[in-house]
Parts: sequence; structure tokens; C-alpha cells
Amino acid sequence: MTDTAPAVELAGLTKTFGPVTAVDGLSLRISPGEVVAFLGPNGAGKTTTVDMLLGLARPDAGAVRLFGGTPAEAVRLGRVAAVMQTGGLLKDLTVAETVRMTAHFYGHTRPVSEVLERAGIADIADRPVGKCSGGQQQRLRFALALLPDPDLMVLDEPTTGMDVEGRRDFWQAIRADARSGRTVLFATHYLDEADAYADRIVLVRQGRVVADGTTAEIKNLAAGRLVRATLPGADQAALAALPGVQAVEVRGDAILVHTEDSDLVARHLLTRTAARDLEITSRNLEDAFLALTTSAA
Amino acid sequence: MTVTTSPATTSTRAGDRRPPALGGFSPAVLGIEIRRVLRNRRTLVFILIMPAVFFLLFGLPQRGQNLDNGLPVTGWIMISLAVYAAMVATTSAGAAVATERALGWSRQLRLTPLRPAAYVATKVATAMVLGLLGVLVEFAVGAASGVKLPVHVWIESGLTAWIGSLVFAAFGLFVGYLAPAENVMQFMGPVLAILAMLGGLFFPLDMLPHVMQQIAKFTPVYGVGQLARSPLTGDGLDWVAVGNVAAWTAFFGLGAARLFRRDTSRV
Repeated sequence: MTDTAPAVELAGLTKTFGPVTAVDGLSLRISPGEVVAFLGPNGAGKTTTVDMLLGLARPDAGAVRLFGGTPAEAVRLGRVAAVMQTGGLLKDLTVAETVRMTAHFYGHTRPVSEVLERAGIADIADRPVGKCSGGQQQRLRFALALLPDPDLMVLDEPTTGMDVEGRRDFWQAIRADARSGRTVLFATHYLDEADAYADRIVLVRQGRVVADGTTAEIKNLAAGRLVRATLPGADQAALAALPGVQAVEVRGDAILVHTEDSDLVARHLLTRTAARDLEITSRNLEDAFLALTTSAA
Repeated sequence: MTVTTSPATTSTRAGDRRPPALGGFSPAVLGIEIRRVLRNRRTLVFILIMPAVFFLLFGLPQRGQNLDNGLPVTGWIMISLAVYAAMVATTSAGAAVATERALGWSRQLRLTPLRPAAYVATKVATAMVLGLLGVLVEFAVGAASGVKLPVHVWIESGLTAWIGSLVFAAFGLFVGYLAPAENVMQFMGPVLAILAMLGGLFFPLDMLPHVMQQIAKFTPVYGVGQLARSPLTGDGLDWVAVGNVAAWTAFFGLGAARLFRRDTSRV
């Protein structure tokens, strides 16, 4: 049955806007129950991918399957719901009216009072949407997405433009909802959000997946150190062959070695080569993120 | 709306999954929509208060004057302004899709099982309820001001003014899908006033030069106005008016349908 199908299956997804390739042959498979961060800088193609995933945009090439069916089928059955970045609310309705109205668009929903409670907006139920803060409106969008009790929840940069407190409240609401079995995919360009909330991080750059792994694995990519030394005529291949070395760059007389084992590299450089001025610096997640997501110079 | 009280689990939830009845069209949503419109003070002024005030300003001074068939001129004015009230109401309700498209609400709706046809049906139903309200308020003001007409005129003219305003619901939707602007009614107000004038709702068209009269017969308000007043004037079925209503309904209806399809298929 469809229940054994992956929650999300993107195959060779491509979308171009004129001369710009926003999404470039992106493939991704998400199993039911996974909480996945779709992490990348602005313009990496996250929103375009999310739009295609939800059936709001048609891919130029490639295919989208949600639970083995089309996005439209998943939407019609309330299996997928989404919190989009902006817009999408009627200012002249109250918070509760918006939820009540939307509830009638589904064949089956959770109770209105329950989703208001879970989204943390029960206390502002009678407030006109136009008078709600950005964070409150975002939690209202989250409440709407909770209505069908979806098997897949998609959040597109849900906290963009929120202040620190708003972000914290929003994620608190999401965490409070974290019932087992719900698949969550959220696009973000905030590293800390991906780190704090996701089981798995998919790093995207220029419409492609550049790294995909558990949060720990992605952190490992970043756990390495940078060994810098002056070594004219360095044997780049020999250095790259050392255990734990991820990358070797040569800049004039200087070499930069990205490695998981800086001791080994330092020992090698100082004992087997003429290297001098040796420096070891650690890289953090931020560096890894930048290294992986900014275009290679 | 049905709800389950037990916590949903993956195994039982699959059975609950079903699309909404009627594609998501429901009287409850209609109720929320109508309340939403009535909450808007500007809309209320335009569709309920202004036509009534027009009657008090321009209708009442004609008290005591009679048409050729002995029925009061105030009745002629009241029915005309009822058509005006209904057309403003239905147009603005239809044109509300412009606001909702501009706000991104239509996009949000595409993430729900609501069928686009059910969305449009809700808009048309909202428009017709408001149109009926416009006619009733105008007639109530007329009756309270002493307009006396045979019962069949009240009923036939009222129903014609109301049902005829369907063409303006289509007109509103047409404009709504054409202009993705939040404040579409700001320029629609003057347009409607000019159309109402050309349609003979504010004064009899024979006050206009002959050429203008001939042009006016082809404008979208003329037909509904003529038909709504015919029970009063006793004029038989005016085929020019019937043709006018049919042609404009077809034009706006098909136009709105075409734009609507373009809008919903733009994925």
C-alpha cells in the first residue's frame, strides 16, 4: 500500500526561470517520521523546491511523489499541510474564524480549539488577523496546517523576519506538537534551527543537494580543523592522501589542509617536509555551512 | 464538521482521510464570508446606506408625481436604486477575489482540499445574499417613505432586480481575476456609478441626447434596470433588455471562467 512509500520522493527535480536555474536536478527521499531540515542560503532554490513539492509549481523536469501519489492527491486527502513564508491570510477575519473557515475545506480535521491550543494562539482567538504580530500570524498558519493532522508537515522558512522571542515561541509550538510518526520538512537558512530541531540535514546550494546526513554527520563535516603552513612546492597529492584529510588547497607558497586529524597532518608536515609557520585553527558549523553552500571561488 | 476525540495514530488516520463533501463548499463558510463583508464599514456604506440615502435625496422630492399608468414615480426611483444597490453589492462581493489573490489567500487555499469551483460558488452565493440584502433595504426604505405599489410589482421587481444582479456577480469576478489589487473597489465604485447612469438607474434615459440613448442600450446595466421596472411601468417583455442581460451575463460569465481557469492552472 501507499503507507510503505516514502513520505517524499523528489527525482531529478529541475526548474528554470529564464536564464536562472533555480533547482538543478534535485533528488531527495524522505521516509515517514523523519524530521528533515532543508538548509541553504537565500537563493539556493529551497522555496522553489518546496513549491514543486506541494504542487504549487510545476517542475520543468523530474517528478514529485508524496506517499506514492501526486501532491494534489496528498493535499486533497489532507495528508500534507504547509506553513508558507508570507501572505495567505485574510486580515479582516479573526484568528478563530480563519481556523474555523479553513476547517470546513477539509473532509476531516482536528478540533479547532485543539489546534489553536497547540499552536499557542488560543488566547488571541478573537483578535483580527490584521492586528496580529508577524509571529502570531505565523503560528496561525501553523494552526491551519495542523487542522488536517497531516502525515507530512512542510515549513518554508517559518521564522523569517521574526524576532528572537517570536522564533523561540514558534519552535516551542512545533516541538510541543512533535508527535511520533509525523514527517516534517522545514526549509531554513538558520543553522541553529536545523541543528536544534532536525534529525537529518539536507544542505542545498544552487539548486543541488551538496550534503545530506544526520545532524551529527553534518556536524562532523564541520568538526575538522584547518592546518595552514608555508611549504613551497608542496606535494598536494601526498598531503591529500593522508588519513582524515578532506581537502588541500595551495595558495602560492602556503598550503591549507582541511582535516579531521590535525595532529597527524602537523606531525607529517613538521617531520617529513620543510613546512614552517604552521598554524592550526578549528572550523565550526558556520564554516562548514559556508564552505558547502557558497559557490567555489 | 466531524472530529475524533481519541488521539489519532498512523494506523487509524488513513481511514479518516477523505476529501470534503461538495469540494469544500459549505453554508458555514458562507456565513463567515457574509459576516466578514458586513463587518467592513466601507462596504456597508456603499451597498446598503448610499442607495438608501440616494432614495431619500432624489426619490422623496418626487412624491405625489405619477407615471402615465398612475403608479408613483417614487416607485420607479426605488426600483432603479434597488437594482443599483444589488449591483454594487454583487460586484464588490465578486471583486473580493482580487483582494484575496493579492493577499495570497488563494495560494493558501491551494494547499487545502477546497475545490476552486467551490471557492467561486461561495463567492457567488455571498454576492447574491448581499444583493438580496441591498434590494430589501432599498424596498424597506421606500415602503417606510410611503411608496405604495401593487403586491405583484414589489415581488416581481424585487426578484428581477435581485436575480438580474447575477450578471454583476460575474462582472465582479471578472474584474477580480483581471486585477490582482487589494483596493479594486476604489476604482470600481466610480465605474459602477457611470454604468448605473448609462443604464438609466439615476434618471430616465430619455433625458439624454438621442445618440447617448442608443449607446446606453448596449451598456451592462440597461437591461436589468428595464426588466426590473417593467412590472411597474406595465411595459411588456422588452426583448432588447432581455438580449442585453443575456449577452452581458454570457460575456462576464465566460470571461470570468476563462480568467479563473488561467489563475487556477498557473502552477
